[in-house]
Formats: sequence, C-alpha cells, structure tokens
Amino acid sequence: MRARVADKPRRAPTRAWLYILLLFMSLFYLLPMYVMLVTGFKSFDEVSLKTMWNLPSGLAFDNFVAAYEQLAPHLWNSLRLVIPTAAISAMLGSINGFVLTRWRFPGADIVFPLLLFGMFIPYQSILIPLVQFMRTTGLYGSIPGLALTHIIYGIPITTLTFRSYYITVPKEMVEAARIDGAGLLETYYHIFLPVSAPAFVVVLIWQFTAAWNDFLFAVVLTNPENWPITVALNNLAGSQIIAWNVQMAASLVAAIPTLIIYIFLGRYFLRGLMSGALKG
Amino acid sequence: MARKKLDKDTILAMILVAPSILAVLIFVYGFIAWSVRVSFSNWVGLLPNYEFIGLGNYIGLLQDPRFHIDIRNTVVFTVLFVGGCLFLGVGLAILLDQGLRGESFFRSLFLFPMAISFIVTGVVWRWLMNPAMGSRMSGLNLLFDAVGLDFLVNKWHTTPQWGIAAIAIPAIWQMSGYTMALYLGGLRAIPESLREAARVDGASEIYIYRRIILPLLWPVTLSAMIILGHISLKVFDLIIAVAGKQVSLDVPAVYMWTTTFDGQFYGRGASIGILLLLSVAVLVIPYLYQSLREESTS
Repeated sequence: MRARVADKPRRAPTRAWLYILLLFMSLFYLLPMYVMLVTGFKSFDEVSLKTMWNLPSGLAFDNFVAAYEQLAPHLWNSLRLVIPTAAISAMLGSINGFVLTRWRFPGADIVFPLLLFGMFIPYQSILIPLVQFMRTTGLYGSIPGLALTHIIYGIPITTLTFRSYYITVPKEMVEAARIDGAGLLETYYHIFLPVSAPAFVVVLIWQFTAAWNDFLFAVVLTNPENWPITVALNNLAGSQIIAWNVQMAASLVAAIPTLIIYIFLGRYFLRGLMSGALKG
Repeated sequence: MARKKLDKDTILAMILVAPSILAVLIFVYGFIAWSVRVSFSNWVGLLPNYEFIGLGNYIGLLQDPRFHIDIRNTVVFTVLFVGGCLFLGVGLAILLDQGLRGESFFRSLFLFPMAISFIVTGVVWRWLMNPAMGSRMSGLNLLFDAVGLDFLVNKWHTTPQWGIAAIAIPAIWQMSGYTMALYLGGLRAIPESLREAARVDGASEIYIYRRIILPLLWPVTLSAMIILGHISLKVFDLIIAVAGKQVSLDVPAVYMWTTTFDGQFYGRGASIGILLLLSVAVLVIPYLYQSLREESTS
C-alpha cells in the first residue's frame, strides 16, 4: 500500500493544498465536539451564548456535575439495558450463525431473505403491535421489555454477521471433526467458538451501540423512571429550565461510552458497520 | 448408525435456531401483518378496535395536508442528505487516497460521528443552529458574523418552507464519514495497474479520476444511495432532538409517532407505518435480491 502511494507523482504545492482542504474539512467534523467540550469545562459564571466559541479561562466541572445529577439514573438505565442486550444478542447470533452455516435445512432459501429484510424494516411498521404485546405481557414500561425488543430485532443482523464470519472457517476442519465423531455441539465448541472472538467483538460493539443510541423504541416502550439516556437527554434539551450549557455537558456525558468504544475498538466498529450493510 | 447421528444433530440444530426464527417470524412479519390489519381499521382511542374500514386511513392520509408536508419534507431531506453524503464521501475518500501523512487519523476523525446517537447530534446542533438574530445571536450565526461571513447568517430550521434543509446538515455531519469509508473500500479494490496504464498513456490525474475511477465506483455509489436513502426515509430522532414536534418539519416517522401515541389515532398511525415499510421495501428489495444472487453465484 505504501509503495504504491509513494509512486504517485505529486508536486509540493498540490500536497499543501490537499492538506489545507483536509484540515478545513476536519473543522466541520470537530465543530460540535469543540462546542461541547469548551462549554462543558466553563464555570457557570463564564457561560454565555455570546461567548460560546471562546475557550474557557480554566477547567471547571460545574456543567458536568449538573448534567450528571440530571442524568445519573438514566445512565444506569442505559447500562442495565445495554449489557444484557449485547451479551444475549451475541450468544444468540453466534449459535444461529453457526447452525445456519453448518446445516442446509429445507426452507433455508426463504429464511435468509427474511432475515436480511428484517434488518431494514422501519420500526414504525411494527410499533403498534409491539406496544400491545408489551402491555399484554406486563413488560411495558420496563427495561427488560426494551432489552427483549433490542434482542429480537437484533437477531437478523447478529445472525448474519456471525454467519458471514463462520462461512470462512475451512470446510476441511469441519469435515475432520465429523470424521472424529464430533456432533453438532462439539463442532461448535471445539472448532467455531475458539475462532469467534473477532465476530463476538463486532457484534457486542454493534448491539451495545445500537441499544445505547436508540431513541424510537425507548421513547415508546419505557416509563419516565426507566428512560434510558437518549430519552432523558432529549427531554432535558426540550425543557426551558435546563440551561444550554448543561445540555452540552449532558450530551457529552451521553456520548462518552460509545465514543470510548469507538476510540479503542474503532476497527471492529467499522467492520460491524460494513458487515451487515447497515440498519438505520 | 451414521444416519441416526445425522438425525439427532438435525433435531438439535432445529431446536437451537427455532426460537430465533420464530421470534423474527412473529415480531417482524407477524407484527407487520397485524399493523396492516390495524391500518384497515377504525381504531381510535386506547382500546383496540378492529372494525374494518378498508383503505379509509390511506385515503385520509393522501388527502391530509400534513401528510403532503411530510412527503415534501422527506423528498427535500433525502435529496440533500443523500447528495451531501455522496459528495462529501467520495471527496474525502479521494483526498485520503492520496497517500498523505496522518491518513488514518483523518479517517477516524471523519468517521467518529457514526458512534454518536442522533439525539446527541441533534441536541448539539440545535445550539449550533440557533436561529436567534440581533443581540441574541449565537452558534454558527455568531461565528459567521464574527469572521465576516455574515451573508451566511440564516434562520436554519426555522426558515419558512425550507427549514427541513437545515436538518440535513447534522445528518450529513453524522453519515458522510460512513459514506467515505464505503468509497475508500471501493477505491482500495481498484487495481493500481489500471491507473498506471492510464498514466503511461499520458492521462492526467484528474482525467483518471473522472473517466476511470469514478465509473468503477458506481456499485459503491448505488449501495450508498440505498443505505442512506432508507435511513432518510426513517429519519426521526434527529428532527425531534433539533426541533421537537413541529408541523413545518414533520416527516412520516414523526407523524406516525404523534398521531398514534399522542393522538391515539392507531388506525392512521398504522397506515403511515405501512406506507413507510412499502417505500423502504421498494428501495431495498431489488438491492437485497441482487446481493443475494451475487452471493449464491460466487
């Protein structure tokens, strides 16, 4: 890759222009982050819409403290939601992906398109029955109900991600295991599971991010005391009482978990985005 | 003996996947069917009422001025959002393909908004796009004013008629990096020998991009258009976070939500949901069909 790049004839002035363009574009992507950070670290006396672009004179945490006080219970709700969702989704996806890779069953040709399309449906088209279902089962308003929702509607993407990964496991290995008398579960446990770590990371990150960032299901299915962070943040932003600087700090607080994941595991995050095309 | 073992594994395999497949069949396809039934009903109020009224809800929607606003807003938003993402995406990808130093840093920088929720994006951009004028000016308007770009000062999402265009800006901010990543993947798949050959023939770099690279990237453009297009049909959280529920910025997803859960017009809400589903299906199914066929032939 490097070698081919070096081959490219490019004069110094052109390079300089390319860098200027690149830096200019970076400004666009950094602008919102800049405002969030700068506002977040100002003290209450320093905050004013007039000076929102100025750097803070020192580091103060007033805004973050105020934001955390508003959001703490909802951060916990989000964690209670996201951890089981990601874990159960990954386990289900792994088993489904394995079985669908290993086993050609009657009707498989129908199951794949159905799973694939299930990834793209607008959830407005299932929302009313879903609410009725949650009301009837008594799960309405609760975190377990919301987690169940994310797990079920995550089945297509998690299954297909694992399947596309498992399909690369050499057939000879599976065949050898079969000759050794390994059954379905032994094959999974001894051959597929040990090489699954990257796929697990992709799916865990994907479901963690999807459930953490979701708003539609959360706003329709949870009661105020069970609101996850997105619904609480939106509510806080819509209220006239909470100052804009606290809203900025709150946005940063809400964004931090997925940002940290992105910073440290970005490569896998990208692979997750690419693997299942994308659900919106 | 071998036969018996196979049977045992087959049964086990069925038991393992049956719950998931059943869940998808019920919660996706069963619920869609249930929604269709609701959309043909006269259900208003908290208690379900499946009295059949045929296409009444759909006809009502087509005659509803609010739904006309929704369609117009969706079209304007889609054109700007998809167009903006494709333009920035291909531009950034080509820029990053020039072998500049710090390439991976910039790539991560353009991509990080993907990790953030539309709600966070919306809340921050709501303050960047603050429409207040005069002494209460702030956000981007204040910045434009300070650096002498005051002709750019505008009322953002509160602009009459075209407010929805402002919503496309944060959406582009969030999704253009992803589009870039798609294009970058496409660029990396083009063999260098092709460019070399063109260079040997004396083609300029610009000519190579216009006549060779961009046409080869067409499949990427097509899948990006479909992925972004279906996101834009579903746009919901971003609008709520930037502007709340305003009729001038209404889209089908927001209308569905307010009419169903605030207004209790379940029949009408279901019909909006089904229309959304149909429009996504028209967009996505040919694409899925194509990629499934490619997978089975490869």
